[in-house]
Amino acid sequence: MADHLNFKEAHQKLIMIRYIIYRLLVSIPTLLAISIIGFGIIQLPEGDFLDRKIQELEEMYGDSSSLAQIEGLRDRYGLDEPMWKQYFTWISGFVVGDFGESFEYEQEVNRLIWDRLLFTIMIALGSLLFTYIVAIPVGIIAATHQYRLADNLLSFLSFIGMSLPGFLVALGLMVFVFNSFQIPLFGLFSAQYEGAPWSWDKFLDLLKHLWIPVVVVGLNGTAGLMRIMRANLLDVLGQQFVLTARAKGLRELTVVIRHAARIAINPLISILGMSLPNILSGATIVSIVLGLPTIGPLLLRSLITEDIYLASTLLLMFSLLLIIGNIIADILLAWADPRIRFDK
Amino acid sequence: MVEHSQILKTNDFLSYRTLIWRRFRKNRMGIIALVILGIFYFSAVFAEYFAPYDHKEIQIHRRHVPPQKIYYNLSDGLYVHGLITTKNPKTLELEYKKNSNKTFPVWFLSWDLKGNFKLLHSEGPMHLLGTDRMGRDLLSRIIHGSRVSLTVGIIGVLISILLGSILGTLSGYLGGWIDHLLQRLIEIVSSFPPIPLWMALGAALPATWTSIETYFAITIILSIISWGGLAREVRGKVLVYREQDYTLAALSAGASNWYIISRHLLPGCYSHIIVIGTLAIPFMILSETALSFLGLGIRPPMTSWGVLLEEAQRVTVLLHYPWLLFPAAPVLIIVIAFNFLGDALRDAADPYS
Repeated sequence: MADHLNFKEAHQKLIMIRYIIYRLLVSIPTLLAISIIGFGIIQLPEGDFLDRKIQELEEMYGDSSSLAQIEGLRDRYGLDEPMWKQYFTWISGFVVGDFGESFEYEQEVNRLIWDRLLFTIMIALGSLLFTYIVAIPVGIIAATHQYRLADNLLSFLSFIGMSLPGFLVALGLMVFVFNSFQIPLFGLFSAQYEGAPWSWDKFLDLLKHLWIPVVVVGLNGTAGLMRIMRANLLDVLGQQFVLTARAKGLRELTVVIRHAARIAINPLISILGMSLPNILSGATIVSIVLGLPTIGPLLLRSLITEDIYLASTLLLMFSLLLIIGNIIADILLAWADPRIRFDK
Repeated sequence: MVEHSQILKTNDFLSYRTLIWRRFRKNRMGIIALVILGIFYFSAVFAEYFAPYDHKEIQIHRRHVPPQKIYYNLSDGLYVHGLITTKNPKTLELEYKKNSNKTFPVWFLSWDLKGNFKLLHSEGPMHLLGTDRMGRDLLSRIIHGSRVSLTVGIIGVLISILLGSILGTLSGYLGGWIDHLLQRLIEIVSSFPPIPLWMALGAALPATWTSIETYFAITIILSIISWGGLAREVRGKVLVYREQDYTLAALSAGASNWYIISRHLLPGCYSHIIVIGTLAIPFMILSETALSFLGLGIRPPMTSWGVLLEEAQRVTVLLHYPWLLFPAAPVLIIVIAFNFLGDALRDAADPYS
């Protein structure tokens, strides 16, 4: 008997692993298509990086004597080659982890984006955590006090939270903090830790600064999630088994949290994946406004200057994060909901 | 003998639309939202009459004027004070003080000096929300900017709805390779993170295009991402409706595919489409605002709220001239109003979901 159960569990696990591999494999053509489309879109603006650079220099110094020198770079950067050739140059480096070189910063792309990618992921994960940690209890409170002051107040706040554009909140926060505390709210580190090597203190400093973008980015999602949690819990509380539990004499707290909330949370897990694109996009804009060293500001700058390899790699990384997030979300969904199974 | 009044006539039944309207009417927030939106759109259409100043008029001598108040007393009626301008020797910026001696009357619903009919105008400086760095009245710019901000969302959503419902219906009804192809396409489009895609497309707009061309390009850019979600939902519904008995009956009666799609399948999705569309509008408005805020969206001489907020980007600017953040208020109000409207519509159209 016990053996029989183990076999079934192992079988399920195998199916799950097969599904993960299937999703990863399927995402490769999607990523390929995205890389091609992205590469093309980036080159849409007229002229290329060097044209812009020349124009910038002319405006600043009014002298084009270094024109010949800059034109010489054109060859080195390969900007005259047809687009497909540039694309292949870029792609062929992937195998060894070389994503090309940034013209503007004159560094290798992967060195440039590695740290920033890390921070972006931290902010995104932090916002996700913040959203769920805040929205679930708040939603429970709103549902249990339905139509009373707490609920009305929280619902009102949630509507405002859903409607506030993230960058405005970031701006407002910056002004407010500057007015009250006289500290400019830029960056992820205090001045002393900027270029310093990693240490525990630096990590703590990072956390101290991290909460602001995390809160700002997470605000929208928190508001929406709270409403969904509230609606779900109200649905569940109306069901028969809740009545039974109360009739049995269980404490209200136990009924709500241990029984009702657990069921109400299920749908929330499934929409985890759907909130990822919004969080990433929100993080992009907020980090541009706050001047954080994440991939948002870098992307903006590289798009405007047409730094093709940098921009394309960033777009690709963005899409990769999104796809991986979706896969993880689908796996969580399957794990949480026993009705979903993957065998055809 | 059956009395005449007992025979039900066909127009004794309320149409679907009337039923939805009646349910909608019960939702107070929805009605309030509708009224607020009506006011905003009305003032956008008649912006020339509502705005006290010409939004393009540059007044260098009135740069960065803080918001002014309109006063009222029984003898003079509405009036504003003149301004004394001084130049701060340290910052070289103009500073303004109220000139208590000079007053200018404020006229309500009359013609101003240039012969334009205005809601409110005065000979003296009447900048209710202050001026920007080129001396343009902020309130007038907000009112004119609402034209772009409010319509971009609607046009973008219309395009999305059109694309999404048509492609979704085709995908669901015809099935087979068309379905697979469209699903892959939607997946690819959805895997593109929206903001970076918009940034890339916005940066790609040639600098030589006029503002109107950029305007339409922006609406198309905004709708490119969102049609995918609608297409997926419509496809889901069509898949269900396709198996219904009435579809089979229509097919065997000789109805063409197009007839079935337009008469049976699509109307079933209408309520869903309307609700999704209404909730997508604030998203588009916010996105256009964000794009213009980053400098990648609408170009001068067109204004939108996002363009106005772009000037308020730097913290230093905000600290000295905080009234430049005012354009954020209408954005907030509109988005909240649309959200309430969409909520109310959803409750009215589909009370079981």
